[in-house]
Amino acid sequence: MNASPPDAVPDAAPGPLERAGIESPDDATSGSTAVLSVRGVCKRFGGTRASRDIDLDLHAGEVLALAGDNGAGKSTLIKMIAGVNRPDSGEIHLGGERIDGRSPQEVRDLGIETIYQDLALADNLDVGVNIFLGRERMRRVLGVPMLDRKWMREQAAGALEHLGIRLDDLSMPVGYLSGGQRQAIAISRAVYWKARIVIMDEPTAALGVPEQREVKDLVRRLQADGVAIVFISHNLGDIFEVSDRIFVLERGRKAGERAIGDTTEDEVVAMMMGKVIDP
Amino acid sequence: MWRSSSTRTERGAAAAEAVATTSRSGGESSLARPPPSPTTPLAITLHPATAMNPRVRLLQLLTAAWSWLFLILIMALFEGWSWSVYGRTFFGNLYNVQAVLLTATQILMMALGLTFVIIAAGIDLSIGFIAGLAAVTMAVVIRALPELPPALSFSLGITAAILIALVPGFVNGWLIARWKVPSFIGTLGMFGVTRGMAFLVAGGATVSIRNDTARSFGNARLFDVVPVPVLVAAVVTLFFHYLLAHTRFGVYVYAMGGNLQSAVRAGVNTTRITFALFMLSAFTAAMAGIFYTARFSAGAADAGEPILLNAVAAVFIGGASLSGGSGTIAGTVIGSLIIAIIQFGLVFIGMPPFWQFITVGLVIIVAVLIDQSRDRLARLGAGGA
Repeated sequence: MNASPPDAVPDAAPGPLERAGIESPDDATSGSTAVLSVRGVCKRFGGTRASRDIDLDLHAGEVLALAGDNGAGKSTLIKMIAGVNRPDSGEIHLGGERIDGRSPQEVRDLGIETIYQDLALADNLDVGVNIFLGRERMRRVLGVPMLDRKWMREQAAGALEHLGIRLDDLSMPVGYLSGGQRQAIAISRAVYWKARIVIMDEPTAALGVPEQREVKDLVRRLQADGVAIVFISHNLGDIFEVSDRIFVLERGRKAGERAIGDTTEDEVVAMMMGKVIDP
Repeated sequence: MWRSSSTRTERGAAAAEAVATTSRSGGESSLARPPPSPTTPLAITLHPATAMNPRVRLLQLLTAAWSWLFLILIMALFEGWSWSVYGRTFFGNLYNVQAVLLTATQILMMALGLTFVIIAAGIDLSIGFIAGLAAVTMAVVIRALPELPPALSFSLGITAAILIALVPGFVNGWLIARWKVPSFIGTLGMFGVTRGMAFLVAGGATVSIRNDTARSFGNARLFDVVPVPVLVAAVVTLFFHYLLAHTRFGVYVYAMGGNLQSAVRAGVNTTRITFALFMLSAFTAAMAGIFYTARFSAGAADAGEPILLNAVAAVFIGGASLSGGSGTIAGTVIGSLIIAIIQFGLVFIGMPPFWQFITVGLVIIVAVLIDQSRDRLARLGAGGA
């Protein structure tokens, strides 16, 4: 079920960072076309309107913070994007392709990776196998197919190094690694498989302060690769630090959308509480 | 399931378009604390759990080595006893070594499939009577075909034994994979069912056979040295090692035991794997039953009953954890040897046979205690993070 196609496997360090040198005057958040666009999406759970007519655009290389109080509909929205839930009405497009109604696996294969809080790493397996889980690379020894653990480890090292992370020993089970390192592995898996959009659900919530900082650095690295990031957080400090734009939800509807430079924490809080609602 | 290369270029274009906004991310990742190691030139050096390395390494080494140490200890014990009481060697005696290996083979055959199940965080309690069912089925089939050449009736007996053993294996898989019955309960139920089936097939008695092929399969020695069952077991064991350590199936088994969600999100068909696990376990139990019938020229419904405890002990001594995710075939081989030496050794030094049960039971408890303290130590090792 999981043949590994050598031509689709990216190089160890894909190298979009090299492109970071290119200067371009236009602002991705305004001019360019959206990678992901959500149009008029509604979702109802029983009597609760979890999403009410949401419009959202996401551009390559942009960090969009999704903010809102508990129950504002953040999770519902990302689950619809990730294919876990299907919208009742409205459309979601990735590039030119309509993706609402597809399975989570299909959405992942199209390049939208969701990194949940539990990270979904197998603690007893090493970094290489974790990054390739479900799409392992095989080699033949005397005609017998065998897992190519060494190759996967090397590729993993490349992907991690690309994100600026060095692990001394990649053969260690990831359970022995710190929370920040594990987050980095989950992120590098997304990068390795060429995710165009990475959705991060509270990536800093379970971490200590130094590790939160490391994860925020990773977000910037990812962004530099042209990956679009949806960043869910309760922490306004984090949001203002890493995101380009903030999208505030309030009881299922869109309360407002601001470039991060054009707003203040006070205004965002007011939006989250429903005191400021854009027309 | 991969995106085509055209999507890659598409993304490349999008990326180039986007870099403008991201130039700020280049040089500003200075950390508040000093970098933990001078050998890491990169901007981000993650929290230094890697500083724990020597400790973690040592721990892993001990984890891997303790069953070896235990094996050596127990060998030394019996060797010493033999010299001091009988004034002669224990392991220097070919007969003793052969007997130990034959006992270990019985245990190992059942423990092989069980290792997979336990790594995937399950348990299979029905294998004892699956082995018994296979043993009596083989004997009954061979008995029913006295006019056939012995090699043919022997082959038919083996085939029937394996096929019938796969039935409870399939039911186990169906209950646990399809209906999400906890494996402990599902296989405990099948323990009863197969027990009854085995006695029904056997007609309540031991079924003896007279078949030359079976007898030589169970008792012949290659070059007068290596017992044939040991040889066959070695080949089967190598295959199972390959399956666990070098195939996707093996990785998925480990992933399911380590974090079921990780396997599910990676698109692994966990239902199918669970099915395969219990079929595999039933298959190796059938092998144990076949070895029994061949060795003793008789099938008994309770042939595998005492071996279940031994097989479980072998897997845990071999480094598997009750919570799943760890264990190896090599470990299970060592575990089987340890149990076999204890069993044979106790008889050798003249202890009443019931002491075997007590000793093996205690060994299981010790293995689980060690496993738990290992978990605690491991958490301590990664603790700073």
